[in-house]
Amino acid sequence: MSMRGDKKPTLYVYNWGDYIDEDVIDRFEKEYDVRVVYDTFSTNEDMYVKVTSGGSKYDVLFPSDYMIKRMIDEDLLEKIDLDNVPNAKYIDPRFKDLDHDPNNEYSVPYMWGTLGILYNKKMVSEPVDSWDILWDPKYSKQILMVDSQRDAVGIALQKLGYSLNSVDRNELEAAKQELIKQKDLVLAYVVDEAKDKMIAEEAALAVVWSGDAVFAMRENPNLDYAVPKNGGNLWFDGMVIPKTTQNKELAEAFINFMNEPAIALANAEYTGYSTPHMEARKMLPQELANNKAAYPADEDIANTEVFVHVGEMLREYDRIWTEVKAY
Amino acid sequence: MVRFFKKCYVSIIFAFLYAPILVLTLYSFNDSRSRGNWGGFTLRWYSELFQNRQILSSLYNTVMIAVLSAVIATVIGTAAAIGLHALQGYKRKVVMNLTYIPVINPDIVTGISLMLLFVFSNLKLGFLTMLLAHITFNIPYVILSVLPKLKQLDSNLYEAALDLGATPWYAFRHVILPEIMPGVVTGLLLAFTLSIDDFVISFFTTGSGVANLSITVYSMARLGINPTINAVSTLMFLSVLILLIVVNLRTNKDNPKRGRVNEKQAYNRSRRFSTARSRIHEHAR
Amino acid sequence: MKTKWAASPYLVWMVIFIVVPILLVCYYSLTVPAETGREFSLANFHRFLEPVYMKVLFRSVKLAVIATAICFVVGYPLAYILARSNFQYKNILVMLLVVPMWMNFLLRTYAWLTILERNGILNALLTWLGLPRVNILYTESAVVLGMVYNFLPFMVLPIFSVLSKIDHSIIEAAEDLGANSLTVFRRIIFPLSLPGVISGITMVFMPAVTTFVISRLLGGGQFTLIGNLIEQQFLYVGDWGFGSAISLVMMILIMLSMAVMSRFAGEERGLGLW
Repeated sequence: MSMRGDKKPTLYVYNWGDYIDEDVIDRFEKEYDVRVVYDTFSTNEDMYVKVTSGGSKYDVLFPSDYMIKRMIDEDLLEKIDLDNVPNAKYIDPRFKDLDHDPNNEYSVPYMWGTLGILYNKKMVSEPVDSWDILWDPKYSKQILMVDSQRDAVGIALQKLGYSLNSVDRNELEAAKQELIKQKDLVLAYVVDEAKDKMIAEEAALAVVWSGDAVFAMRENPNLDYAVPKNGGNLWFDGMVIPKTTQNKELAEAFINFMNEPAIALANAEYTGYSTPHMEARKMLPQELANNKAAYPADEDIANTEVFVHVGEMLREYDRIWTEVKAY
Repeated sequence: MVRFFKKCYVSIIFAFLYAPILVLTLYSFNDSRSRGNWGGFTLRWYSELFQNRQILSSLYNTVMIAVLSAVIATVIGTAAAIGLHALQGYKRKVVMNLTYIPVINPDIVTGISLMLLFVFSNLKLGFLTMLLAHITFNIPYVILSVLPKLKQLDSNLYEAALDLGATPWYAFRHVILPEIMPGVVTGLLLAFTLSIDDFVISFFTTGSGVANLSITVYSMARLGINPTINAVSTLMFLSVLILLIVVNLRTNKDNPKRGRVNEKQAYNRSRRFSTARSRIHEHAR
Repeated sequence: MKTKWAASPYLVWMVIFIVVPILLVCYYSLTVPAETGREFSLANFHRFLEPVYMKVLFRSVKLAVIATAICFVVGYPLAYILARSNFQYKNILVMLLVVPMWMNFLLRTYAWLTILERNGILNALLTWLGLPRVNILYTESAVVLGMVYNFLPFMVLPIFSVLSKIDHSIIEAAEDLGANSLTVFRRIIFPLSLPGVISGITMVFMPAVTTFVISRLLGGGQFTLIGNLIEQQFLYVGDWGFGSAISLVMMILIMLSMAVMSRFAGEERGLGLW
């Protein structure tokens, strides 16, 4: 452990909870003789508020697609000098030039995945293929709902047949009513605990991201994961450097390090999320590489939508989620 | 019969108070992640704990901030108490009322108001801001511990020392300070324990990954149940127990009147409100 | 004594870290973001009056009142027994009461997660005893339980302290005058202990009504309390105006009730004695 007194350069990393193999951080510290201060968030919105409220000094963040777009639009990100990140060459071209960062100037892909339902086969016998099951009174107090506003509101919108990027006030109001209706059936609103709860068989159904599902299924074979046929969300998380950085070169070195094949492999194996790194993908153990939750067939995610930044209407999302939680 | 009933009642409540601690302790030695069953004895959570960078760095932050904030608050607070003691009339009333604000105010309000201040003044949230916040909520407790001692002090002592040719500093060091020392020490210890225990104010006034132990436990608990936290709590509980026993043995030696110490500690722990309220009463009179 | 100047560092500190922050809370609560900077508006307070937030306020007060009532009903007899027990024994018991409070507040709350879970220890115990299982975690009861567990000693200690100080000769005098033990309790002991009771009620109610940790960990994010609302506005939504408005309302309510309580306690003491 490094003490405060030493004069080593410090890198401030802000990542999702349980979204890295922690040994990787130690290895980076040793190899580069630096200190890493590592902090975690649970949703894109938490991260955004922390970073923009003015009190933080992070060097590397891990936002998702729509949040990357928002941060680019609001001029919060530094351009990444790809000459300092040679390992970016390993990124599968499929994950380059995406809508949120068309020229790959601001972000380097970290993981991708889906949002879906993790369920316990012992407790749920019917096929899980739609969000509707999260409103089924049969599973009252057995449902773990995701405590993240875009995801939760998005689910309700898709259930009603709307786009999860809706900016129509009437549609959003209807989604809010759906979420309030669902509240009695929900055991708890959680993000990171869902994995642990499902492994311990504390609930029958949980809304989780695909990697968490893979992680949980590894620990408890009774669990399975499904992306709703009538929707679902496909997402891409990237590594970005915010303007608050005080050590951009070190941040780039970190991003490059994260794309070393062995490191990318370690992260993909530990987290269970799907790696966009071609070399890491090749080296994955069979059981993970063939896992449908992590690496779904194209037709399984044909109907998924990617979040886009909703601009001014975001206030409405904030309000809806505050009111649903308060209700 | 009544005696028996009383004993039962007391036992049940103490069982309620200690059951969770016992459970945590027991499960910190459980060689199974799942909670329902016992998987055998292990020390693995303890070894994991000592390799967990997050816990170690937050432990370091907790102790550093507690020591620094307690010492700084004691210096400022003791000086303030001496100054306040000399103050009279409405000025004193205004200052005293302001002093109670952090004592009475809900922690969450103190926390967010300080956060607004730090962000407003462009300070980066982190170790320094957390330290400033801790000093702020500690000072009133030091003042409230020292003031009663000053009241007991014969005010002529200081004048007499000056008349005899002592410099004000010499008079303070050798006449006043020894007299008020017990109050200063109480204030220091109180500040230290309040700082160690704080979660809410720290939670709002830190950032960029600088966490104290409470914040780390909170973020770990949000990941689900984790045996490493059980190990942390067992160790913390043990150190508290040892500390209490040592303090008690020491004070019992100094002070033949047993019992007062416990009661005083009890009162210190019931912190904000008791201190504030008893002082408010004193004022009202 | 010419030592007034010694308070000046503190006065400066106090203005910067106590007065200015509260003024900032007032400023944010009375303004909303505008095209340039912020502009004056009462919208934040208006918003707080909406039914959904009144519901939150009501829930916070309700749960805190229930927790305080339970603490009082359970804590008073305990304080009474402790105060009446013999000397040696008493110190050990008070010590035992204080020790759990020395443990970190978060750990104490966290401990209940393991116990109350569906497949947790409580249910394992109930099954073993052949009793039906219960689902308590993530209910309002769990939140109340967490409050009672954390704050019970705050109720017991002040009552105990007042009861211990009661002059025994008053009680003996009453008994000599023919009062039975119930009358002695009702007419003498209880009125004399009222300052302790009020102190206890304040010390339980205040942290209970402002908590956000207990409801977050044991309530599963379902039972939003005032504290959660403030936390959410500042950390997850970033609406400082609304968050400040709620904080200000809460602060004023607490200050008012403290003032009322201490006045009430003062008067009661006088009435009770004579």
